[in-house]
Amino acid sequence: MTKFLVLTMYAEVEGVPPMTEWDPADIEAHLAYLSKLNAQLIEHGELITGQALTGPDLARRVTSDGTAPVVTDGPFPEVKELLAGYQLVDVESEQRALEIAGLVSAAPGPGGVPLRQPIEVRQVMGTLPGMEL
Amino acid sequence: VTSPARIEDLLRELAPQVLGVVARRYGDFDAAEDAVQEALLAASQHWPDEGLPDNPRGWLIQTAVRRLTDAFRSEQARRRRERQVFGEPTAPAVPAADDSLTVLFLCCHLSLSPASAVALTLRAVGGLTTAEIAAAFLVPEATMAQRISRAKSRIKAAGQTFAMPVGDEYAERLRSVLHVLYLVFNEGYTSTAGEQLHRADLSAEAIRLTRMVHAQLPDHGEVTGLLALMLLTDARRPARTGGVGELVPLAEQDRSLWDRSLIAEGVALTARAMSAGVIGEYQLQAAIAALHDGAARAEDTDWTQILGLYGLLDRLSGNPMVALNHAVAAAMVHGPAAGLELLEPLDERLPGHYRLDAVRGHLYELLGDPATAAAHYRAAAGRTTSLPERHYLIRQAARLNR
Repeated sequence: MTKFLVLTMYAEVEGVPPMTEWDPADIEAHLAYLSKLNAQLIEHGELITGQALTGPDLARRVTSDGTAPVVTDGPFPEVKELLAGYQLVDVESEQRALEIAGLVSAAPGPGGVPLRQPIEVRQVMGTLPGMEL
Repeated sequence: VTSPARIEDLLRELAPQVLGVVARRYGDFDAAEDAVQEALLAASQHWPDEGLPDNPRGWLIQTAVRRLTDAFRSEQARRRRERQVFGEPTAPAVPAADDSLTVLFLCCHLSLSPASAVALTLRAVGGLTTAEIAAAFLVPEATMAQRISRAKSRIKAAGQTFAMPVGDEYAERLRSVLHVLYLVFNEGYTSTAGEQLHRADLSAEAIRLTRMVHAQLPDHGEVTGLLALMLLTDARRPARTGGVGELVPLAEQDRSLWDRSLIAEGVALTARAMSAGVIGEYQLQAAIAALHDGAARAEDTDWTQILGLYGLLDRLSGNPMVALNHAVAAAMVHGPAAGLELLEPLDERLPGHYRLDAVRGHLYELLGDPATAAAHYRAAAGRTTSLPERHYLIRQAARLNR
């Protein structure tokens, strides 16, 4: 089994308005889809954890030279580089992780049309290499 | 009063035997497995204070059967069924044969993915709790519980009864058993020293279970070979990492740290395994490990013999990783250019694999081309999925850049 982080980014999808402008029923359907997906991942014994993050308005960036940290408040110009949420999964193969990412990306948007949100898949670093063959 | 550690060992030794008896008697492996886990838990709570019962195995069987009967009764009540299936638990008869192996073979059923078979084996045969297995694999307990429960359902759905497979299926299933034990060992072998404080020692568990199989099938060459391979590999563990968990490659290990008694046992087992009529992959890997472990210094390694064994292993397995090691051995015998030539066809079989770059880095360095070597080390560092290995490869590249 290999652990992957499945990251949902805040990239704007062309032709899709922000969620605050969706039909409430579409929001309902979107959230229900994701919660059902998570339930399935739990049932498969694949989900380690998953969280949604607060929005870009509450994002902060910190730099420090070792004395007082410098804090910059969001939102930042490149919203698409910000994380919206993540799932940490433990799966049989990279292919399965990509399949899960595809399911997240296809979460329904306005009118039930798949949103096609970009999902980033990153493998978690393992420890020592295995036995040499 | 028996010490908790001793009780723990005893419980884990008895776990598959007890499960074997209960599953054979009642047929329902899934429910029997749950009942035995509960009995083990009850024993680990009572025995340290109350002392060992006269017949620990009988106690566990009786407790498990009682739990099983209760579970069936409440299930029946829930379904409003009156039919009485089970009578009162009776004193257990001692079975003629130990069914531990039957339990192990069932846990390594071919309908399961390797990861599910590993989890189920550790619980049903190893006697580990779900929480311990979850901690070893760094996943939440609920996730691991789900994995185990799905594995049991899958075996049930495959219509598998509690019996040893026969004929071709036996051979196939034994291969699966050995593969699962190999995976458990490897899982433990990849944990760093710091991590082992948090992880159950899966390598030790794999060795214990492989010993159990070996005790029942002492003349099987691949079983003996796998046990030898594990011991010979585990013997090098103390030298495998440095003070801060950094990876120390075989050629640079402090061989005085190797475990001599494990090596002696492994070498003796390898000799026995190699005298078996049929030679398989584990036997050949054990023979290679024995040659490495037998060299007092890295430069004393008998690479000519190792090259011959990798040649056989390559033909037998068709595994590109074996071909890669074959090329390394060829380089040690015939020089780096010969090794690099053997790597050529591997670009197609292992596209973009970091190990290919790591080996090329090593061979170009031996060839006296540090710039090309550094480029390959850098490429390998970018693609490895092992953190200590990435650090090692980055240091190799940095060293050659100076």
